[in-house]
Amino acid sequence: MPALQITQGALGFGGRTLWRSLDLAVEPGEFLAVLGSNGSGKTSLLRAILGRQPLDEGSILIGGEPVRRGDRRIGYIPQQRMIAPGTPLRGRDLVTLGIAGHRFGLPVTSAATRRRAESAIEAVGASRYADRPMGDLSGGEQQRLRVAQATASDPLLLLADEPLTSLDLAHQRGVAELIDRQRREHDTAVVFVTHDVNPVLGMVDRILYLAQGRFTIGAPDEVLRSDVLSALYGTPVEVFRRDGRVFVAGGIESAHHHDEGVDG
Amino acid sequence: MTFDFSDYGALLQLVQASVLAGAVLGIVGGLIGVFVMQRDMAFAVHGISELSFAGAAAALLLGVNVVAGSVVGSLIAAAIIGMLGSRARDRNSIIGVLMPFGLGLGILFLALYPGRSGNKFGLLTGQIISVDFDQLGLLLGLSVAVLAVLVVIWRPLTFDSLDPEVAAARGVPSRTLSLVFMLLLGLTVAVSVQVIGALLVLALLVTPAASALRVSSSPVLVPVLSMAFGLVSAVGGILLALPTSLPISPFITSISFAIYLACRLVGWRRSARRRVES
Repeated sequence: MPALQITQGALGFGGRTLWRSLDLAVEPGEFLAVLGSNGSGKTSLLRAILGRQPLDEGSILIGGEPVRRGDRRIGYIPQQRMIAPGTPLRGRDLVTLGIAGHRFGLPVTSAATRRRAESAIEAVGASRYADRPMGDLSGGEQQRLRVAQATASDPLLLLADEPLTSLDLAHQRGVAELIDRQRREHDTAVVFVTHDVNPVLGMVDRILYLAQGRFTIGAPDEVLRSDVLSALYGTPVEVFRRDGRVFVAGGIESAHHHDEGVDG
Repeated sequence: MTFDFSDYGALLQLVQASVLAGAVLGIVGGLIGVFVMQRDMAFAVHGISELSFAGAAAALLLGVNVVAGSVVGSLIAAAIIGMLGSRARDRNSIIGVLMPFGLGLGILFLALYPGRSGNKFGLLTGQIISVDFDQLGLLLGLSVAVLAVLVVIWRPLTFDSLDPEVAAARGVPSRTLSLVFMLLLGLTVAVSVQVIGALLVLALLVTPAASALRVSSSPVLVPVLSMAFGLVSAVGGILLALPTSLPISPFITSISFAIYLACRLVGWRRSARRRVES
């Protein structure tokens, strides 16, 4: 059974169609990257999968059950927002909240929860700084702990919203590898929203590329091609490859894509 | 001012219930203050307290239970702020509009009130010693109820305050929680207005937590310290004021401010040391 199945999905925003007739099945252990420029509906797709935004048409099934708010079979890494210094939250607390934070009642952390947090922290190699305040940690360290938080409950589906933004190359690589390992070792399906595919290029099985209210899905070699993306954007787009990296130039929102090639 | 300790024991018996009410309020204020800081709602506390003052003044004028009036005023303010101001910017402008309106209403009611002027002033600057026994019971009951609910929602409320996006994804009912929190905050403010006065509520609802955050980021230590600071300020203030002819609120606010200064100093020295080490 697919971890995520979208059937004839359509979603609009402010009278504009973001995408329609979207059929998508993500199997356990599969790594799907969602690409597209700002405003193409990437984050809205995640919101729909999280049950926070209803589709205009079509349906979403998570592990065979209709999508709902607060489905704890989903692990979620939100768009990176640095946690401010002085926030009374250590890495360990962030991970623990991810496991048991939804529970009402006496706020006592069980031994089982503590063990689970501990092993999730070890798995992302964050033991050294897990007891320091989140606000004192670097972006890369915070993001590792976010991966630990999202995977601590061994989710069926892991959603990541631009998890690598504002990380340096080494940390991008490290965090991407953690996510890749989670799906290999635990058969977690991964939906990874990003504006730059390069840090995860060797890992993704398929790409969902959103643009101009349309989309295309396929293996990276089938999607990241000049003819495919030109057809998608309806305007000439060039895809370059160099040293195993991909650069996209052109398209309507070309400025954005140029940036990608330079810093990505 | 005059200090007279000769019959301190007798005085203490007289005010026993007030001390108890102060102690419980110190604890509840310290605990709820942790969330006031996390949710960035210090200004909301001040706004609610002015409407609470208006409610109490109205009750005084109408000759009904002052604590009840204070609670009604608080809850109306908390509900308005909770429903209209989910975003910080909206919230602050709503509070900025509500606050002078509440204060103005309160002043009007007090001006119309023919009774003793001591009672009038008390609502703004504290009057626990003059609160009668039945009302003290009501204050205590409210504080204990707030404490109980706060403990039950502690974990999801923490999650929602510090990490709202993931909390929502994990099924934490954010909207319900923030309304419940506003309700608890309203009740705590109403109690505080009776003890320390509408103008000084922040000394028990914000200062202890702000002090604790200066010296710790542990989710266990911060509330424990905040609670202890609130308790020491409230009880210490009442006990110190007892042998003097002065109101209790300056004692409470001074103790809580002194604790804050001490915590800043400790936090500053600690981070200076860390800089030297690294």
